[in-house]
Amino acid sequence: MGWKIRRGLAEVVNVAACSRSLVIVGMVAAAPALAQQREQLTIGITQYPATLHPNIESMAAKSYVLGFTRRPLTVYDQDWRLTCLGCETLPSLENGLAERETTPDGKDGIRVTWRLREDWRWGDGTPVSAEDLLFAWRAGRDFSTGFGGSEFYRTAYEAIVVDPRTITLRFDRVTFEYASAGDWQPLPAHIERSRWEQEPRSYRTRSAYETEPTNPGLWNGPYRVASVQPGAGITLERNDAWNGPAPAFRRIAVRTVENTAALEAQLLAGQLDMIAGELGLPLDQAAALERRARNRFRVHYKPGLIYEHLDVNHDTPMLADRRLRQALILSLDRAQIVQRLFGGRQPVAHTNVNPLDWVHDNDVRQWPFDLARAGAVLDEAGWRMAPDGIRRNEAGERLTIELMTTAGNRSREAVQQVVQGMWRQAGIEARIRNEPPRVLFGETLSKRRFTGAVMFAWISAPESVPRTTLHSDEIPRPERNWSGQNYTGFRNAEVDALLQAIPIELDREKRRALWHRLQAIYAEELPAIPLWFRADAHVWPTWLDGVRPTGHLAPSSLWAEEWRVR
Amino acid sequence: MIRLLGARLVQIAVTMAVLSFAMFLLIGLMPGDPIDLAIAGDPRLTAEDAARLRALHGLDQPLLARYAAWAGALLEGRFGHSRLFAQPVADIILPALGSTLVLLGAALAVAATLGIGLGLLAAARPRLAPLVDAIAILGQSAPSFWLGILLIILFAVTLGWLPAGGTSETGGLDRLRFLLLPVVTLAIANLAAYARHSASAVGLALREPWVTAARARGNAEARVLLRHALPNAAVPILQVAALDAGALVGGALITETLFARPGMGKLIYDAVMGNDTNLALIALLLVALVTMLATLAADLAQRALDPRLRDA
Repeated sequence: MGWKIRRGLAEVVNVAACSRSLVIVGMVAAAPALAQQREQLTIGITQYPATLHPNIESMAAKSYVLGFTRRPLTVYDQDWRLTCLGCETLPSLENGLAERETTPDGKDGIRVTWRLREDWRWGDGTPVSAEDLLFAWRAGRDFSTGFGGSEFYRTAYEAIVVDPRTITLRFDRVTFEYASAGDWQPLPAHIERSRWEQEPRSYRTRSAYETEPTNPGLWNGPYRVASVQPGAGITLERNDAWNGPAPAFRRIAVRTVENTAALEAQLLAGQLDMIAGELGLPLDQAAALERRARNRFRVHYKPGLIYEHLDVNHDTPMLADRRLRQALILSLDRAQIVQRLFGGRQPVAHTNVNPLDWVHDNDVRQWPFDLARAGAVLDEAGWRMAPDGIRRNEAGERLTIELMTTAGNRSREAVQQVVQGMWRQAGIEARIRNEPPRVLFGETLSKRRFTGAVMFAWISAPESVPRTTLHSDEIPRPERNWSGQNYTGFRNAEVDALLQAIPIELDREKRRALWHRLQAIYAEELPAIPLWFRADAHVWPTWLDGVRPTGHLAPSSLWAEEWRVR
Repeated sequence: MIRLLGARLVQIAVTMAVLSFAMFLLIGLMPGDPIDLAIAGDPRLTAEDAARLRALHGLDQPLLARYAAWAGALLEGRFGHSRLFAQPVADIILPALGSTLVLLGAALAVAATLGIGLGLLAAARPRLAPLVDAIAILGQSAPSFWLGILLIILFAVTLGWLPAGGTSETGGLDRLRFLLLPVVTLAIANLAAYARHSASAVGLALREPWVTAARARGNAEARVLLRHALPNAAVPILQVAALDAGALVGGALITETLFARPGMGKLIYDAVMGNDTNLALIALLLVALVTMLATLAADLAQRALDPRLRDA
């Protein structure tokens, strides 16, 4: 499982959103109920999925819609445990569905067998079969197909169809995640195979997911796509071939409203029934809505695996000094920021590991706000307070740090102002320079063209090994096509070794110890400055029950058949 | 007239060719190509993946070669595929263009009708001119997104008369309900120009000797205003309308975002920000073409209205 930047155009298209607070208190009483007798559930989200193809590109909006219409083999559930959705039993060494072996070239390998649920069908009635998984594996292995990540397919070097419902993959690497099928999902071979075989290179644009998304045979979840309005919304109907528990709503309409003020207005006007927290309102806006319309909506705040932090460039001489990074965190009153700006609904982060994750170390070193200590650390590092309130070193250089974030993201911009003020108290000058997300993520961060600190977030899955953000091999460089996400340039031999060791340690307790060591180093070295774990605000009508957000990459829509009207 | 039309069409074709190259160059030089963004968003992409995907999408070719390939395909009627929406560009642009033309057409009509009406009032009743000026200033100075939010709060949230945004799923007259608030928002911001230009042009026309002659012939004041003064004052107003056709696309971005209406303004914004070169280029060129054709139509209409211009 990887780490992903949550970007989304919702962060970009907030041209007009600065007026969201204009939704006046007391003017929300007379909204008409347009829920169409609860036959239909209309959901608002802030992003439109670029594609509906399950194996091409990853974005939150697509995951959310596909959660209703498809089922993966395995997924991390609401309790952050790996579970089967499309398979019968999670493979394990104990139940014999996973077996360690030696690969033909003499490496440690593993063969993993998944047996599909008997009643699992595509919307046209065709059973979901091992052939569908075999086809997805073949398409993924052919790198001209254009699937995004290829690591899974490189590692899974052989696929064996045991019977129509059973498939075995052979991996040339043994990791603790062997039971997870990850993004390897069945593709309807009876529809897609001929299109792919015709020319893998242009399959992406000829796939039925792009050319005829309303074909029922593409969908194997409780709903199927009934109509698509590009850029505006997708309407889903019950999938008649679904053999699981019957979903409560005949139809689900997912509407894209990128501007959060407009999203809220449509909710209050009764055009939307709920706003999905995965792609919904910012926390402060949701809290304000909760105060005004408590009788109509429930707001559920789900803290999750969105790690808000400051990446600092370790190649900038002053920031290479660990003491300066420690002073940066000591002079930030993160608890107060969370309390004042987010109503205390987001837990302060001490490392990049979420306290809800089982590998989290509760005894990890913490850096509570301590301005005096921050000053002492800076003094020790040779940065003395100057008469103008900004520290200088012996060479007379000012302690100035460029502080960047995504332009137009009001929440981050507000935090940025507070951070600037707090650092100033410690004698650290922060110069704000923001960029649109496209420039920040596409150029400045990915090519390491920043000199100071950049505020953004990572979203991950439970027990996600942060190799791409911490391993020294993952520092983006021109010779590796700028791939990798170790934007800070952090280098630590022990961390590199831990990042190699954790994935291949199958013993849970031994792995926990490795994780604890990793967190200890992180807290001490501070490759990045931890801020907090973001919470999603889910807005549901008071009559809706059963929605259980996960707080990680798997969307709540994966369990839509459990949603009920009170 | 036909010679003029031919010359202007050639001029438009040349301008479009130059524009297409300039836009291709500018978009190509923007920071972060699609693969950079994909790498930033998906850590599983390795260096080899990045090189493979760049080659797959032709991004490893020099900019000029990419332009030549793109322009060649365009001339053959192949608009390419949108990276953002994973659909042929034409399939995305045509509905968006239709939606925006309806929105802009209606907004232009409302703005022009109300604006010219106010202008006539100011010209015919100079005592009311300050009031008309005040209305025009108010309309012009109210930011569209703010005005839109206010209208949404009043008519959608509080009164529940109109939808807060989106598009009609049932079609027919229901479409008008969804169109009303965005049209009014856009029209209010634009009526000031019509009010002021028509007030000034009609005011000048009313002082002309032929208006005095018309009055002397016993024509009613309304007839003098509408049949004599207005047609003679129409030339600058038409020019404003032609320029508005392009400028309104900017306003449409805000209106379409606020009211969650798919359209060209939002499409162009999404395409540029999302690095969807094919979609951005075609959409931008289409807007430029519409603006140039609107200007041409206005020029022809001016010549039809004013015989002196035909000989110019």
